[in-house]
Amino acid sequence: MRTKQKMPPQMANGSAKLPTWVDIGLLPLINVALAFVVSGLLIATLGQDPFEATWIMLRGAFGYEESLGYTFYYTTNFIFTGLAVAVAFHGGLFNIGGEGQAYIGGLGVAIACLALDQYLPFGLLLPICVLAAALFGAGWAFIPAYLQAKRGSHVVITTIMFNFIAASLMVYLLVNVVIKPGQMSPESREFASSAWLPYMHEALAWFGWEVAQSPLNLSLIGALVCCVLVWGLIWHTRWGYEIRAVGANAEAAVYAGISPSKIIILAMCISGALSGFVGINELMGVQHRLLLDFAAGYGFTGIAVSLMGRNHPVGIILAGLLFGALYQGGAELAFENSAFSPDLIVVIQGLVVLFSGALSYMLRGPMERLYLRLRPPPPPPIASVEA
Amino acid sequence: MGEDFLLIILTFDATIRVSVPLILAALAGLIVERSGVIDIGLEGKMLASAFAAAATAYTTNSAWLGLGAGVVASVLLALLHGFACITHRGNQIVSGVAINILVSGLTVLLGVSWFSLGGQTPPLTGDARFNSLTFPGAEAVRDVPVLGPIYSELLSGHNILVYLAFLTVPMVWWLIYRTRFGLRLRATGENPAAVDTAGISVIRMRYLALILCGILCGIAGSYFSTGHGAGFLREMTAGKGFIALAAMIFGKWRPVPVLFACLLFGFLDAIAIRLQGVEIPIIGEMPVQFIQALPYILTVVLLAGFIGRAIAPKASGIPYVKEH
Repeated sequence: MRTKQKMPPQMANGSAKLPTWVDIGLLPLINVALAFVVSGLLIATLGQDPFEATWIMLRGAFGYEESLGYTFYYTTNFIFTGLAVAVAFHGGLFNIGGEGQAYIGGLGVAIACLALDQYLPFGLLLPICVLAAALFGAGWAFIPAYLQAKRGSHVVITTIMFNFIAASLMVYLLVNVVIKPGQMSPESREFASSAWLPYMHEALAWFGWEVAQSPLNLSLIGALVCCVLVWGLIWHTRWGYEIRAVGANAEAAVYAGISPSKIIILAMCISGALSGFVGINELMGVQHRLLLDFAAGYGFTGIAVSLMGRNHPVGIILAGLLFGALYQGGAELAFENSAFSPDLIVVIQGLVVLFSGALSYMLRGPMERLYLRLRPPPPPPIASVEA
Repeated sequence: MGEDFLLIILTFDATIRVSVPLILAALAGLIVERSGVIDIGLEGKMLASAFAAAATAYTTNSAWLGLGAGVVASVLLALLHGFACITHRGNQIVSGVAINILVSGLTVLLGVSWFSLGGQTPPLTGDARFNSLTFPGAEAVRDVPVLGPIYSELLSGHNILVYLAFLTVPMVWWLIYRTRFGLRLRATGENPAAVDTAGISVIRMRYLALILCGILCGIAGSYFSTGHGAGFLREMTAGKGFIALAAMIFGKWRPVPVLFACLLFGFLDAIAIRLQGVEIPIIGEMPVQFIQALPYILTVVLLAGFIGRAIAPKASGIPYVKEH
């Protein structure tokens, strides 16, 4: 058996001693809360008021229509990358190549747009672009997946390498190939308006609902559709069952007639395709051109989103919303108080990955002891009734 | 001819300078992976120590105190990694990712708050940096053909951390292959249960390996900001931790091959800048980005088993659960 995959601990079935609501509800909440408490302490050591900072961030993220739009726009990206990480996780794979896959997915979108936007109407262009994003993202995940499945190369290392290769490739292409002639900055020409995904404020205006302008576009609906599709895929299809089986125990899955190498490639390609959709939101939705680093950080944040959302679409929507709010609120905070840089969000994100991911077992033991002490006494054994 | 020769010497000189953090970090990774812990947080540890070293060196005007602070910061992060994945058996990849993200934000956040320079530290001068050492007679022999430039440019004129890095290679080799500690370390990475049966604590071995890893990454990070550069810049390690990881795999977890992998990757880095816009016979103009991506591409090819096979220590990445 060549594919010796190490199972992420999040995949392991929870403790038998704890009831489900503690295991998937309370414990993750406490872990996230810990991350925020530490963030608050950090803000306090910087000589700032953590409560005031929280208030500014909340107001900045949800306080008015425009900010809400920004929050949801970030959330869209996080749902895509979070789902991507989660699908791979279910297959026992750690895909940290979301960054590169989103970047290359965007390349696919840009190629489709630049080649066809003069000829095709929006209605035909959109499906082609969605397909291109998925194919390019999946293609970039395919090579590490194939190498893991067939040659036993560790997918974590190869996906890290592929992030860097993608970055170099995109710089090369943007500087030498797709750059708009006569322009200094490495960007493509602007897409024709037939390749623009309608903004949410435009779409709502069709129904007579006027909202403030923001980068939020129809990709959000796509992201939510992806959540439903992933949920259906993982828990209600044969493929999903096989992915989970390989994730739980690849060697046992062989005896169930499942080919782990096929499933590894499948799970990684779906994961890559989901990351690739970031390109739809960013390029067709907002930038309307191909540019450098448009995927910056979204792929990595997907890891935090997926860990926090316990690899479930509902959890991922909630975690994506939290990170969207953090991004937007954090930007607002940095704008209002120059003592903060937007990097505060990066710190919080790191702490969330630390507490929800790496230290997720820390509180399980104490929690089990606490629960065993507090739970209602078990019913008396039958033997004592007979006596 | 003389000019070409000098150019070659200067390229090798640049190779040495950029290889230093790679060598230290790759050896750091080698030690922990030999103990059975995967550490993709080399990048984060180097970045943290680069910041701590620059901030301390600026405040105290002493590069040595900076180095001390850099090492402390890096060792603390290594212990955090150990706390998460040795003590609490968390996922080692997740923990490494967490450390990388955390440090990437924290260095800038603290930098902005302390120095208000957009995440940089003020430039370091004088004793706040490790200045280059000139070997005796380096100036005198400069004009001697061939050997002169080699001695005065290539060997002399680096700061002390450069020599320390190259000295670390035989030291790590000796530690791994010629000491009792090294034997136990290798055994812990291959078969921890056997080590446990022999009455040696797997947990203690792994923590010790992580502390060594922290020290080496701390020196590597300090080199960035107080040796090679003059102050901290945001994201100044720029993925070098991952190149070091690649070099460690490329050198198949053995100190001397790892050294050569680091020199190769450093050389690619050094010539990438020189080859910009230069026509090479037969190949034509080589894209700089391709040369920059080459270490990653080579590592993937190696991992795929097309040029030899890279086999990791058997127990790396698996938390050790002691049997009761």
